Amino acid sequence: MSGTISGWEIVIGLEVHLQLATRSKLFSGAATAFGAEPNTQACAIDLALPGTLPVLNRAAVEMAIRFGLAVDAEISPVSVFERKNYFYPDLPKGYQTTQLARPIVGPGHLDIELADGSAKRVRIHHAHLEEDAGKSLHEDFHGLSGIDLNRAGTPLIEIVTEPDLANAEEAVAFARKLHGIVTALGISDGDLSQGSMRFDVNISVRRPGAPLGTRTETKNLNSFRFMERAIHKEVARQIDVLESGGRIVQETRLYDGDSDTARAMRSKEEANDYRYFPCPDLLPLHVDTAWIERLRATQPELPDARRARFAADYGLSDYDAGQLAGDTATAHYFEAAAQAAGDAKLAAKWVMGEIAARLNSADLDIARCPVTPAQLGGLLRRIGDRTISNAIARQVFDALWNGAADADTVIEQQGLRQVSDSGAIAALVDQVIAANPRQVADYRAAPEAKQPKMFGFFVGQVMKASGGKADPRQVNELLAERLARPD
Amino acid sequence: MHDLTLAEMCHGLARREFSSSELTRHLLARCAATNPVYNAFITLDDAGALTQAAAADARLAAGDAPLLCGVPIAHKDIFCTRGLRTSCGSRMLDNFVAPYDATVVERLAAAGVVSLGKTNMDEFAMGSSNETSYYGPVKNPWALDCVPGGSSGGSAAAVAARLVPGATATDTGGSIRQPAALCGVTGLKPTYGRVSRWGMIAFASSLDQAGPMARSAEDVALLLQAMAGFDERDSTCLDRPVPDYRAALDQPLDGLRIGVPAEYFGAGLNPGTEQAVREALSELERQGARLVDIRLPHSDLAVPAYYVIAPAEASANLSRFDGVRYGHRCDNPKDLRDLFMRSRAEGFGAEVQRRILIGTYCLSAGYYDAYYNKAQQVRALIRQDFLDAFAQVDLILGPTCPNPAFAFGAKGGDPVAMYLEDIYTIAANLAGLPALSMPCGLVDGKPVGVQIIGNYFDEARMLNAAHRFQQATDWHRRAPPEVAA
Repeated sequence: MSGTISGWEIVIGLEVHLQLATRSKLFSGAATAFGAEPNTQACAIDLALPGTLPVLNRAAVEMAIRFGLAVDAEISPVSVFERKNYFYPDLPKGYQTTQLARPIVGPGHLDIELADGSAKRVRIHHAHLEEDAGKSLHEDFHGLSGIDLNRAGTPLIEIVTEPDLANAEEAVAFARKLHGIVTALGISDGDLSQGSMRFDVNISVRRPGAPLGTRTETKNLNSFRFMERAIHKEVARQIDVLESGGRIVQETRLYDGDSDTARAMRSKEEANDYRYFPCPDLLPLHVDTAWIERLRATQPELPDARRARFAADYGLSDYDAGQLAGDTATAHYFEAAAQAAGDAKLAAKWVMGEIAARLNSADLDIARCPVTPAQLGGLLRRIGDRTISNAIARQVFDALWNGAADADTVIEQQGLRQVSDSGAIAALVDQVIAANPRQVADYRAAPEAKQPKMFGFFVGQVMKASGGKADPRQVNELLAERLARPD
Repeated sequence: MHDLTLAEMCHGLARREFSSSELTRHLLARCAATNPVYNAFITLDDAGALTQAAAADARLAAGDAPLLCGVPIAHKDIFCTRGLRTSCGSRMLDNFVAPYDATVVERLAAAGVVSLGKTNMDEFAMGSSNETSYYGPVKNPWALDCVPGGSSGGSAAAVAARLVPGATATDTGGSIRQPAALCGVTGLKPTYGRVSRWGMIAFASSLDQAGPMARSAEDVALLLQAMAGFDERDSTCLDRPVPDYRAALDQPLDGLRIGVPAEYFGAGLNPGTEQAVREALSELERQGARLVDIRLPHSDLAVPAYYVIAPAEASANLSRFDGVRYGHRCDNPKDLRDLFMRSRAEGFGAEVQRRILIGTYCLSAGYYDAYYNKAQQVRALIRQDFLDAFAQVDLILGPTCPNPAFAFGAKGGDPVAMYLEDIYTIAANLAGLPALSMPCGLVDGKPVGVQIIGNYFDEARMLNAAHRFQQATDWHRRAPPEVAA
């Protein structure tokens, strides 16, 4: 995987901004919920009114510690908040309160699985706590800009990796693994579409063995797909520049996912001098061992452990267990559906099959799946007890997807109950045989090797005559018996 | 009535000798009559004060009055007051009305005080003469051609001129003690973290501390009692019990060890000031204190370290004044950069701009280690000097300022000469120690102050020494000639 592209080696490091799922902001009591009317979730502290002071949110600190524990990192006994100074209209204080020299989470690592099934260790340089800025809105203001400070002060952790990733696929694998971990920890809602996780990608290329090339940083990618495309694009651009004799300029770049284009935003020379210094309004943050151990003892199950448990407890293949355990929302959905269905393997098949396909084509997260795990479980139970066939189950699923209350109601109302009355099926079989004398004669005359293929025709005819409701197993049995017996 | 001390007013109110409304009306009239002269107030709040006074009278009548019920005071215009403009002495905040009260304002209100208004100050508390106020300088009631000191010059002048018996103030680098000394009143800068900074507009967050000014140590003790204590809204505020400051005032001074630092009596000290301070030391010695010669060897580094750390913090603290959400905004900005630059250039005066530039420079890439880091190292050395000294002594005494009040414009051309007026006061801010100034004599008809520096959270002992001194002397009772007349 870590091979080269036309003789170039790719070096990638990630900076991930993760919005923490706290109820209130990092330094104020204002709420953090997404989607409120502009400036309704910004208090005097978030507005940086004079005389206001920050008070650190304990829940945010605990989430950062939980993250550190999940990636085997050292938790700093003392960490320090610093001010990063720059002017911007959506940065109310004129500085961002962040951590620099002494972050709360020290070096750690995360193992990702490569396409060939092997594992790769990605080192995490550190993770630090910081506050988010507000938003500038450039539409609907008649040439002016609007400022929404609802997001100002929202707690983030910024996770910085070492440049250990060798291509877009590894970067995405890392991002997905990280997503699984932080959602399992409950420290993030993991909703990329709302900016809960944003990726900055540092990319350089070099000839194997050569020193590191000049890197660029593509900022603010908010989906796995965009990240993958942006990396491919930037790698290709850098190789192009170098192979045509140019040099890479260290710069910040913006990628627009909708148009699949990227452009330079600012070069290193234009970069700000942020004049970091320790924030005198906040004392150094002390985290003692007892606090860390208390959190360690209550860490939730992480994806790797969950995968092992799914394989062991539900008898799933390692691949299936991995597919279902990696993403926390999917895992929760699967477990709830498995319980409701009373058949984990069937639930696994449906979650990875029908559900995944439908969500994908509707571009929905599993959290927004219109069919609840309980509804799916109810449907699967009816497959299990042979009330309906698989084919009918898809029809019932359609109804559930479109708002039907539960499988049993759909089955009753639409009369989809499987016909397993052998008399009724035998009558249909007789009817089909009577209606197709030529095919019956051909079948009986055919050599045995050719018969199975021809048999399918009769099954299809009987099922069609039953409106799909006949128990296929009984149809098979009765047909075989009837065709073997001369009229 | 205006000649009564704060404690005497409390007494008179409690015994219903006069009502808070009468007292408030009387002092408001004095404020209105004298403000054209002293310019001690930026905002007078007659209506608000009379409403508070009426409420206080009702509580006094009902017999459930808190300690300071009905006593008029004034707040330095650096403390946010809900619904009443808080300008911080700056054009930048000329239109700013906070939607909240500072903790200090809230606590004093809970103790029953009546606030007459907001006192004048150097712009954003940056100055030692009150000459940097957007609202014009305050005049020293003892000599109208002289500065009252700064930055809390309005509070000091208002107390000296008997416009209020007490006032709130803040001290980042001597801003309570120096004007207290120059105006002949008693002022205390508490231990850093003793009083909440919530709602107090920040100059240099690691140095800023609120404290009271009044005529006597007893009055200061009464005000501090109401102001001090833990506040969860200020992360640097310490959660320690507040002692009963008045209970300790009368303790005898027998065996009290007073350190006399050689560095505070060197070149540059006015001989008249030195004599007055030495006489104060003798009085305390007469009362049983023992004088101990001590050294504070890094004293001469305090001013240079301060003028790195304070501007560095200020440069970030004042970034929020950008014309975007509140405060001064320039007319017709042509773009974002113009909005920022012109709003700030118009909103801030020269001294504030100077300090923002100094602070920005000190924090810049390539200069940080040489300035900011070095200054922090010096700060640690100065703190250690005091820790060493307090291993031998209980209190440290010396002059508050090298000279009595100087004339307006005297230091105008030379900021460094102005900064050196704070040479004895700044070290206590860098170390976070409590320090007070009280009057101890007159030089050329102008007051001079003695400074008492205490160990951390030892305000009670400092007030005890000051009170005992004031029981034996009458410097704190002297009024400016025009006021006394």
